[in-house]
Amino acid sequence: MDSLWPKIEPLLLAVQKPARYIGGEQGARRPVHGEGRVAWLLLYPDAYEVGLPNQGLQILYEILNERPDALAERAYAPWTDMEAAMRAAGVPLFSLENHLPARAFDVVAFNVSAELVYTNLLNLLDLGEVPLHAAERTAADPLVVAGGHCAYNPEPLADFVDAFVLGDGEEVVGEVTDVLGPWLAEPAAVLDRRAVLCDLARIEGVYVPALYEPRYEGGRLVAVEPVVPDVPERIEKRTVADLADWPYPRHQLVPLTEVVHDRLNVEVFRGCTRGCRFCQAGMITRPVRERPADQVRQMVRDGLERSGYEEVALTSLSTADFSGIEDTVREIVEDPRHGERVSVSLPSLRVDAFTVGTAAQIQRVRRTGLTFAPEGGTWRMRRVINKLIREEDLYSAVDAAFGQGWRRVKLYFLIGLPTERDEDVLGIAELGRRCVEVGLRHQRSVTVVASVGGFVPKPHTPFQWFGQDTVGELHRKVALLREAARGVRGLTVRWHDPEASAAEGIASRGDRRVGAVIERVWRAGGTFQEWSEHFDLTRWQEALAAEGLSLEDVCHRERDADEVLPWDHISAGLHRDFLWDDWQQALAGAVVEDCRWTPCYDCGACTGFGLEHVVASPVPPAGGSQGTGQDLSAGDRVPVRLVTGTRP
Amino acid sequence: MTDPLTRHRRRFRYGKLGKIRFTSHRDVARMWERALRRSGLPVAWSGGFSPHPLLSFGLALPTGAESTAEYIDVTLDGDPGTDQSSEDAHDLAKRIGFLLPEGIDVLATAVVAEGAGSLQQEVSSCSWDVEVQGLAAEELATRVGRFLAAPRVVVRRERKGRPVEDDVRPAVLALEPVAPQRLRAELATRPRGVRPQELLSGLGVDLALVRACRRHQWIDRDGIRCEPLALSGEVAQGCTS
Ligand code: SF4
Repeated sequence: MDSLWPKIEPLLLAVQKPARYIGGEQGARRPVHGEGRVAWLLLYPDAYEVGLPNQGLQILYEILNERPDALAERAYAPWTDMEAAMRAAGVPLFSLENHLPARAFDVVAFNVSAELVYTNLLNLLDLGEVPLHAAERTAADPLVVAGGHCAYNPEPLADFVDAFVLGDGEEVVGEVTDVLGPWLAEPAAVLDRRAVLCDLARIEGVYVPALYEPRYEGGRLVAVEPVVPDVPERIEKRTVADLADWPYPRHQLVPLTEVVHDRLNVEVFRGCTRGCRFCQAGMITRPVRERPADQVRQMVRDGLERSGYEEVALTSLSTADFSGIEDTVREIVEDPRHGERVSVSLPSLRVDAFTVGTAAQIQRVRRTGLTFAPEGGTWRMRRVINKLIREEDLYSAVDAAFGQGWRRVKLYFLIGLPTERDEDVLGIAELGRRCVEVGLRHQRSVTVVASVGGFVPKPHTPFQWFGQDTVGELHRKVALLREAARGVRGLTVRWHDPEASAAEGIASRGDRRVGAVIERVWRAGGTFQEWSEHFDLTRWQEALAAEGLSLEDVCHRERDADEVLPWDHISAGLHRDFLWDDWQQALAGAVVEDCRWTPCYDCGACTGFGLEHVVASPVPPAGGSQGTGQDLSAGDRVPVRLVTGTRP
Repeated sequence: MTDPLTRHRRRFRYGKLGKIRFTSHRDVARMWERALRRSGLPVAWSGGFSPHPLLSFGLALPTGAESTAEYIDVTLDGDPGTDQSSEDAHDLAKRIGFLLPEGIDVLATAVVAEGAGSLQQEVSSCSWDVEVQGLAAEELATRVGRFLAAPRVVVRRERKGRPVEDDVRPAVLALEPVAPQRLRAELATRPRGVRPQELLSGLGVDLALVRACRRHQWIDRDGIRCEPLALSGEVAQGCTS
């Protein structure tokens, strides 16, 4: 097929940020299409500047392009002005490398890491002239694949996606290519789409929703069962055993225009066993697999040299937990090859002074703000969510931050958590107020921002049974918090839109019937739902009503132990019993320790797959309670004397 | 001649052609910053609270326009030696060009004489090739004639996000149709510059911009027009000295 560029070019003079549509990033490939190569279009269903840095997509992009029998190009969601221009000019969704239409590809594969992008996914299929519903597609249409964290409850997208990939994608993309290659070599007339779907469903970690049917009784889901033989009743996720085998991306894309996280990113480990009960990412990516420190240094060195970046982020769910993090960081900063100005950022700081000391050592250039995530306003609350940060850890971290020249501290909190009482919400203001006090000992004026989000329970976590707070209740709590923070100079409260949390809840825990709701929201014009200027909850409420569903039933209702959950046929490795027990423990305020350094409690993530943690250090990192995690007895005491030193 | 190992300013002339013309002026600045870091050239840094590399970009090129006459001045600490022979300058231009994305081509480089003004201060006009559509050739020629004869041509344009009405006629130093759908213009950059799109508004609402390319930037030295860095031949042809 011919490049669409001559038709795209005239549109670009009249749209915002036209560089989103030209490709040409450093590291981008220009693959040659042809016989014997399975053509993948990798899509991130959000704006270019949000999607480009996505590392998961870049990893698969490289792996596929390295194969002689595959190729991959990329696309992102065109912004609304460009979409309008494309539709008016009859230009379909196109790839950035060769500017080919989506239909020129054999596979259209989405990275779905947030629920609010679901309507964008539908929009991109439509813009790509791919039939919206899986059931309407023929052998002439591309195969629609989706992976990413949202695949762990695939049901809301089941009508639109041919195959979901669960878990790490590094190996599976190759296996899917192996299945598709011979099939695509057949003459089109004899192609049997259903047969290939059955073949795909036999790949471990691949879920083909058309081969499974939900059953309802009295308006409630009672089962999702296979309708063909030889496919698994329960689909297990895929896990890459050793990150050292996958040093990707090797050529991180360096964009020509501004994007979020515009820096080198090196993933230092995958998985987290801190056991925070609200955190889906931590639960579904177990066990912990560290990249060898040597490989980290090599990837940093090569990446900086190749890209010209002078900032590198060491990424993971909790980078301060990487074995020997201080040594690794120091060696990067002191490596003369990197020049004097390279800075390292740790996107997820642990809350203790020790970590701040490391941060001070490495954030040499810009020292504007530090972010911590205590998540809960009181120790009781933090026990319920198993985020075991003592108050003195927070104060000593904040003390160290202001003492070492940072001017702004941002604290992340959740509201609407299980068992939450008003005093827990008010505790957020109290913590914030005390952090300001700590800061004023070092600086004449300081800024503490308490950023609160409404909690959305996620599948495959101990909180998957919990009844999400209503929009009204979240608004009430935000008002309570704002009232309490009023008059505290230096403390600012920011909050996420409770309406958006409700919509996220629908897409997170809905069953297959929610697909029709998403379609209605999209047809009513609801794209870019993550962007507040495009979001409107009434579209979702109307769509729910039209489908005979309610927010109460999908989001706010607490589930009991026997209820079949829409994702029960999907496995993230975690035993359902483990999750239920952890849920009961949460309600009782009992905590669990990190299994990296204490005995395994058999959540299932390792034991079920013959895997184990890959960590270089058998002992927990030094530091506060979050470091050792174990001295929990003193947690609810407000310290009388605050730590004033800058380093422990 | 500058002492070796001292602070000096090196000027690069580069082009911006093809798809990359849809990146912004700031985007191009970032491309240069990354390329210079990779080059290992001893770029000097400012002091102060937020240190930054001493790079100075000339007049912003509108997003979407092409150019064969963009400039950047880079302050370097160290031996300016490479421009002593044009061969060395050629190699350096090639080496830096290799580190920049496709479409950004380094065309020439030379050391700027001490005490010379900045690009922003010195450049007073630019030559443009503008491809248009919407009018037949004769009608276009008539409009150009009428434009040049008019004492004032008021157009609506944006300034700091607000619509304003300005007389653009004084800033149009030369204008002629050179092909059926092509204009060549020389537009002043001071006191307030005119963009090709604004020029077209002055010629009529039925004229659409297809493509614009900046061919030259001009410095006026006592009535003699020269470029900040000429493209071929001796370095001395330009205005770096
Ligand atoms: S199986 Fe055991 S060691 Fe592995 S993540 Fe679960 S609790 Fe930890």
